Amino acid sequence: MQTALLVKRLRSAFAGPFELNLTKGACAAITGPSGSGKSLFLRMIADLDPSEGEVWLNGRARASMPAPEWRRQATYVSAESGWWADRVIEHFAASTRGEIAALSARLGVRADLLDAPVAQLSTGEKQRLALVRALLPDPPILLLDEPTGPLDEDSVIRVEALLRERMTAGTSILLVTHNPAQAERLGVQRYRMMAGQMETA
Amino acid sequence: MTPILLTPIDIAIAAILIVLDAVLSIWLKLHLHRQLALAAARMVVQLVAVGYVLRFIFSLNNPAATLLLILVMVLVAAREVAARPERRFKGSSNLLIGAISVGFATFVTAILALTTAIRPEPWFDPHYAIPLAGIILGNVLNAASLSLDSFLGSVRRERPGIEARLALGDSYREAIAPLVREAIRRGLLPIINQMSAAGIVTLPGIMTGQILAGLDPLEAVKYQILLMFLLSGGSGLSALAASYLAAWRLTDERQRLRLDRLQ
Repeated sequence: MQTALLVKRLRSAFAGPFELNLTKGACAAITGPSGSGKSLFLRMIADLDPSEGEVWLNGRARASMPAPEWRRQATYVSAESGWWADRVIEHFAASTRGEIAALSARLGVRADLLDAPVAQLSTGEKQRLALVRALLPDPPILLLDEPTGPLDEDSVIRVEALLRERMTAGTSILLVTHNPAQAERLGVQRYRMMAGQMETA
Repeated sequence: MTPILLTPIDIAIAAILIVLDAVLSIWLKLHLHRQLALAAARMVVQLVAVGYVLRFIFSLNNPAATLLLILVMVLVAAREVAARPERRFKGSSNLLIGAISVGFATFVTAILALTTAIRPEPWFDPHYAIPLAGIILGNVLNAASLSLDSFLGSVRRERPGIEARLALGDSYREAIAPLVREAIRRGLLPIINQMSAAGIVTLPGIMTGQILAGLDPLEAVKYQILLMFLLSGGSGLSALAASYLAAWRLTDERQRLRLDRLQ
């Protein structure tokens, strides 16, 4: 089994040290109470928060890459989606409209919403579109923080189906979820976070 | 035409107006008379003190003394810039950003004006250097503090959007650019308003002062135009410096958004 993401002694002032060995095309699911450090762990891997220790992607050290390039390889999708322009479509720079619409449709988001102002979207629509935005460049590692938190059952099934497809194609996923059933459905490796420490579940 | 010099009696007569205000306050129960009296007293004491300081510095006619006084003025202005925003940096970054942006903009514009347009002999003659630096400082302070306030206020509000861009692989510079632009714009608005309204809504202070002092109105106008250009240049420089320094202070070598550096 080929290692995609390797985390060694990764720690910050608030959480860790963490060890993780994520296989290519696999999903590691992390559950645990709110505030236990799950999001912090993802943010540390994405290098959005300062941390000490090592992170390797396919044998390349994080420290050897400029931060933006690293984040394009290990892309973090936060639980609260972030937007910076007025209309939805302005947040998708490099992709063609057809690709965006196709992927959105698979997650049950209407194509006409792409031209809508972000303020008009529901939380669930924003969450799915943020996922589409992260999936389009096809990063080898996805760091997903509660990707289905605000979604209805039908949408959850659609998101999970899409994630499974990506895993089959070789994408590795580190998933934070509050839903133990989802952790069981998707996670080959399962962990539990307690007070800034992670253990195998 | 020589300026008409005021006697203490002239000023005492004008002070009756302050007494009138105080009477009004007591009569209408505005509860302002104490504050009014205190503010008027402070104003008189501060201005007389400044008058003596200026007279002393002018009599020294020493470039080092002039520079020292201007530096003190810059520091006081920097403190105002630092204190204004609701959000602040931990430690002394606010003060440092204020001092650099205000000092840099003031020195560049004042030296430009003194060596090219006004050209007193010598160019650092305190009669010119100090009032000029003072006027520029007042405006530059305004621009820098508005920019800093705008930037620090919006960066926390826009955090999810900025971090979403960073997470998708945008550089910090790209992610923060809209906020920096908006901050610089905010800093430049007052001088744009001032220039648009000059002469129609308001008679600018320097021009009024020079006309009162007996200068031909057109000569006073020329001075005012020069001054407006200096002020807009200074405002631009300080807004730019304050915004970029604040943006730079909020990131690190891995292009993160370091909101933990704010209080």
